[in-house]
Amino acid sequence: MNDSAAVLSPERLKKATGFLLFLKTVIARAYPRVIGAQREKSWMFFDVFLPMLAVSAYVFVYRAINAPEEYIGFVVVGGAMTAFWLNVLWSMSSQLYWEKEQGNLALYIMAPNSMMAILLGMALGGMLMTALRAAAILILGSLLFNVQYQVVSFWQLFIVFILTMVALYGMGMMSASLFLLLSREAWHLANLAQEPIYLVSGFYFPIKSFSFWVAAAASIIPLTLGLDAMRQLVFPSGPTLGFLTVTIELLILVILSLVFLIGARYMLVHLEKLAIREGRLTESRR
Amino acid sequence: MNLAIRTDKLGRIYKIRGGKKTEPRELVALRDVNVEIKRGELFGLLGPNGAGKTTLIKILTTLLAPTSGTAWVAGLDVEKEPARIRARINMVSGGESSGYGLLTVRENLWMFSQFYGLDSGLANQRIKQLLEVVGMGDRLNTKSSDLSTGLRQKMNIVRGFLTDPEVLFLDEPTLGLDVGAARDVRKFIRQWIDRDSTRTLLLTTHYMVEADELCDRVAIINEGRVLACDTPANLRHSLQRDAIFRLEVSPLNGMGVESLRSLPGVKQLILKEKDGSVVLEFILTEEPVLGAVVNTLTVSDIQILNLEKREPTLEDVFVDLVGRSMAEVERGGE
Repeated sequence: MNDSAAVLSPERLKKATGFLLFLKTVIARAYPRVIGAQREKSWMFFDVFLPMLAVSAYVFVYRAINAPEEYIGFVVVGGAMTAFWLNVLWSMSSQLYWEKEQGNLALYIMAPNSMMAILLGMALGGMLMTALRAAAILILGSLLFNVQYQVVSFWQLFIVFILTMVALYGMGMMSASLFLLLSREAWHLANLAQEPIYLVSGFYFPIKSFSFWVAAAASIIPLTLGLDAMRQLVFPSGPTLGFLTVTIELLILVILSLVFLIGARYMLVHLEKLAIREGRLTESRR
Repeated sequence: MNLAIRTDKLGRIYKIRGGKKTEPRELVALRDVNVEIKRGELFGLLGPNGAGKTTLIKILTTLLAPTSGTAWVAGLDVEKEPARIRARINMVSGGESSGYGLLTVRENLWMFSQFYGLDSGLANQRIKQLLEVVGMGDRLNTKSSDLSTGLRQKMNIVRGFLTDPEVLFLDEPTLGLDVGAARDVRKFIRQWIDRDSTRTLLLTTHYMVEADELCDRVAIINEGRVLACDTPANLRHSLQRDAIFRLEVSPLNGMGVESLRSLPGVKQLILKEKDGSVVLEFILTEEPVLGAVVNTLTVSDIQILNLEKREPTLEDVFVDLVGRSMAEVERGGE
């Protein structure tokens, strides 16, 4: 062992508390997502090239049946937004389960930080990381298939995007606890949710194609309304293919954001109580 | 008294769920545990796997609620004030695989330091210093997925000390470390506690030497009960009046061990098979009892290959208390 005098010093270290601790936790937990995840270059293949194949398939189908040209744009925007759905599903909802398996969950609960800060850090990090992937798909798809955009209001577009993200990642934060509580096999749950949402959220076609009640039920997934509103704001024929008006969709997104964030907080408190009472939820099977 | 940890009749029962139609089974992990650990003390919990050590640590680190009794850490009730306790403690478990493989050693440690509110610059400085201390100064920028089991465990140990806890819990900290690394870690642990009388360390181990060499006091725990609690020296001295002999003999050829166990004055007998021979470890009430032991073996045509008298160890104390060696308890043998 080397000289340990400095770290053995009996002087107590000062530690942040309250909001500063919350902020430090958010940044620290976002860090592995933003920095660490970029180190695996395979993301370019799995997160950009593969989704581009799905987008291309729909584009060729629409062109083959002479669908309106706006549909090509709908597909490209939808393709870009799938990156967020996959991220929420695999890296948010399933995350507490993986954290438990890795042995991190117990350390997170035992630390003086708030678990909400941990989940928020995961969400922010995931959002930033995924934004890069989504932008790559959007730019690549727009260039490849010559998509023309006509933005009605950049401000509205920005607000819709941010609200969609808040509601979507709020849902991810809530389902992170739910996945852990409901099942040991998060893998299966994520698999089960992935494909049906592709269909009902209208990733590759306007949600208006469904009946009102199917579209309304699908609106519980924030991406459904977010995508619909964004399409209305960036394509000239968007409003005619839109499900509800942008204002109503914005209002619903605000409500969804609140419901999911409050739900996430409630679920986390419940999860922690249950974990401490039963002693099973923090135990990895390694 | 200035106590860092106190438990009062602490108990924990797990409900083990079987099938849908079967009633949950109860597993008693801790029963009526009373422990008092002074501030500044390095306290060891010694016991076999499944004895209840980890359950006790989980309760004290606020990760698990007791089903009976009460526990206090740094004067705070573990059930009523977990948040205030968490700011004062840290824990490292042997063999844990915490952190993220894509991050470097420095980044992983920095991340955990932020969860405790450490200043970022200071955290990086301490990470560097602590990694030097455990001989990992050159691994600062190595991805943690590239570390060997031993190095990973050293990183975990650094994580525990990094946040400067008032009470540190080390659950089998030297598990997976080679002899040299384990010795280094033990030396640092001792220095850490000796340097500041307000620090307290609770260590669980099933290595007798570790408990003997390192701890100020040791509690021997088995089947959820604390069987004895004293300094290692006092525990060993409790057997000072007994005579401890180790006999290596030829194979017993069907001779029942019970005939040896039932001899007057034989307190405990542990039998270990070796290649072509058998080792018998006796705890006798007094030395002259050995005569009867030797006589019984000779009458049965058992050849004595080696005989030595030993000073009592903590292993002998455990055998004396439980009736079986720790290895036997772990195997579930008689």
